[in-house]
Amino acid sequence: MADVRLSGVHKYYGNVHAVRGVDLTIKDGEFAVLVGPSGCGKSTLLRTIAGLEDPDQGTIAIGGAVVNDLRPRERNIAMVFQNYALYPYLTVKENIAFGLRARKTPEIEIRKRVSEAAEMLGIGGLLDRHPRQLSGGQRQRVAIGRAIVRKAELFLFDEPLSNLDAQLRDEMRTEIKRLHHEITTTMIYVTHDQVEAMTLADRIVLLREGKIEQQGAPLELFERPQTGFVAGFLGSPSINLIPAKLVATADGISAAFENGGTLDLPRSRAAALREAIGRPILLGIRPQHFSRASGAPLREGVISYAAIADLIQPTGTRTFTTIKIGGVDAIAELQAHDVESHGERIELAVDLNRAVLIDPASGQVIN
Amino acid sequence: MTFAMLPRRKTRILALRYVGAIVLTLIFLFPVYWLFMISFKTPDEIYHVPPLWVPGQIQFSNYYVLFKDGDVVAIANSLIVAGVSSVVAIILGTLCAYSLARFGTGGENLAMWIISQRMIPPIAVVFPIFLIYVYFGMVDGFFGLILLYTAFNLPYVIWMMRGYIIDVPLELEESALVDGLNRWQVIWKVVFPMVRPGLMATSVFTFVFAWNDFLFALVLTRTEVITFPVQLTHYFGGQSNFWAKIAAMSVLGTLPIFVAVSVMQRYLVRGISLGAVKG
Repeated sequence: MADVRLSGVHKYYGNVHAVRGVDLTIKDGEFAVLVGPSGCGKSTLLRTIAGLEDPDQGTIAIGGAVVNDLRPRERNIAMVFQNYALYPYLTVKENIAFGLRARKTPEIEIRKRVSEAAEMLGIGGLLDRHPRQLSGGQRQRVAIGRAIVRKAELFLFDEPLSNLDAQLRDEMRTEIKRLHHEITTTMIYVTHDQVEAMTLADRIVLLREGKIEQQGAPLELFERPQTGFVAGFLGSPSINLIPAKLVATADGISAAFENGGTLDLPRSRAAALREAIGRPILLGIRPQHFSRASGAPLREGVISYAAIADLIQPTGTRTFTTIKIGGVDAIAELQAHDVESHGERIELAVDLNRAVLIDPASGQVIN
Repeated sequence: MTFAMLPRRKTRILALRYVGAIVLTLIFLFPVYWLFMISFKTPDEIYHVPPLWVPGQIQFSNYYVLFKDGDVVAIANSLIVAGVSSVVAIILGTLCAYSLARFGTGGENLAMWIISQRMIPPIAVVFPIFLIYVYFGMVDGFFGLILLYTAFNLPYVIWMMRGYIIDVPLELEESALVDGLNRWQVIWKVVFPMVRPGLMATSVFTFVFAWNDFLFALVLTRTEVITFPVQLTHYFGGQSNFWAKIAAMSVLGTLPIFVAVSVMQRYLVRGISLGAVKG
């Protein structure tokens, strides 16, 4: 087991500055997820930690030792790839044992570890098959098995579930989480899928254009984003961002929309927002912060809002309903039967205590 | 699907195709058949009018003469020259191809330049090479021929193997590097098994090139290292041709190629079709 420290890591591909000065510390035994949109540098960063790419600047330390000059095989890491990277000419057993044989592990130890890993991953019956005889999920299990048997200090996952269908992805996600609980090795996991990031991570590292935009516990990033990008990236459906302007009212501060409508912001936030009065903002309201008003008195910061249901997208458990706020489309996530038909007039309760206000010029959240 | 399941019209078309294919096969195989038959005939049977389709009895005296006179040494020479040059070209060529495919050695145009070397007509270089070989005392020796065939085969091997190696998923190699192999081990344990069909197909073609070469062997050998195609020409005389020896020697000379292609047939089909779609 080992911690990982990156200091001032830069990586260029010709004129492209893929990683721009990343400083990151991942604690011993932590499950860190590097997440971000395509081209944000997350895979490059992972490959740099693995030693498959050399950083142009900065240092990488694993377990306290700088590994910049070490080859991948000398870093005591195990890596799981997106396309499984199984050797088609070897059986499952030989694939899992590949890394151990490469390191001249005694045969008796290889057999023990392979059978342990196979049991842990439920692939004991597949050991004599070839990869082409396996399903996508089974192949990924074998790839994970190959990493487990190595008993490496650090596990790296490069979008391991991207090639699986939705149901298998859910299953494997659970298994990877369980695996981390069982073996408690430091894991760094790259994905572009924010659901994977939220569900798996002890800590999310959100990257944008080669830099860390924000890092922290999943719920911390979700509830207290520091930038509009973070607020927009995490959450499904995405946060609603409504252009508005902060105006002072007799009771406090309101968001005034371009179509003339207003929403009163909670009094508790008035002091913090006073300096921003008169400035344009993006009012960020998560779909989950809407609910059907029950008629009961609303608590402080929760306002009632009458809307017409436009598009209705039931998912079974929840129903996504498109409504208009300030003249723009917004999505409200309601109970399954809260809204039944297109054009229905619905009374909503909107929790503005958890609304995010973003400065459109800087992209920063106004606290 | 069986014939019984097909409509009548389709059955007729299929039957015609089979007949056409069989007739063509017979036409193509006839010279081979005739060659084999001559090699087993006595001189009287060879010159018999009308020609005899099969010899009176199978006899091996034509082959026996080749062994008795030591002519078969030419086959051994060809085996050594073609075998060694193929192995060397395959090893060196595959390593070069790996370098081109994975490290982008020489930029984008080096690979094209290398294959362009294969397009030089042998006749254009054979006499300069002869003069150089005379200067260095390399005429009529194994080394000279092996060196030349290796040099001529290298561009072909590099070009073909580069295509096969590019097709190997990079992740397989990276995974092996992380798992504990060094680059040489990756080539040996990951790349070679992955490109085996292509490697086999390329080996057969390099071997056949060296085996069949007549021009270089004729110019660069005298008496010591005569190869099989050159040996054959000795049986064509001004007064008469030794058809019995020509046939027997040709059969012996065809056997190694026949064996190589038969053994590697399953790789050949895959290897050639893989190569066909490479850029």
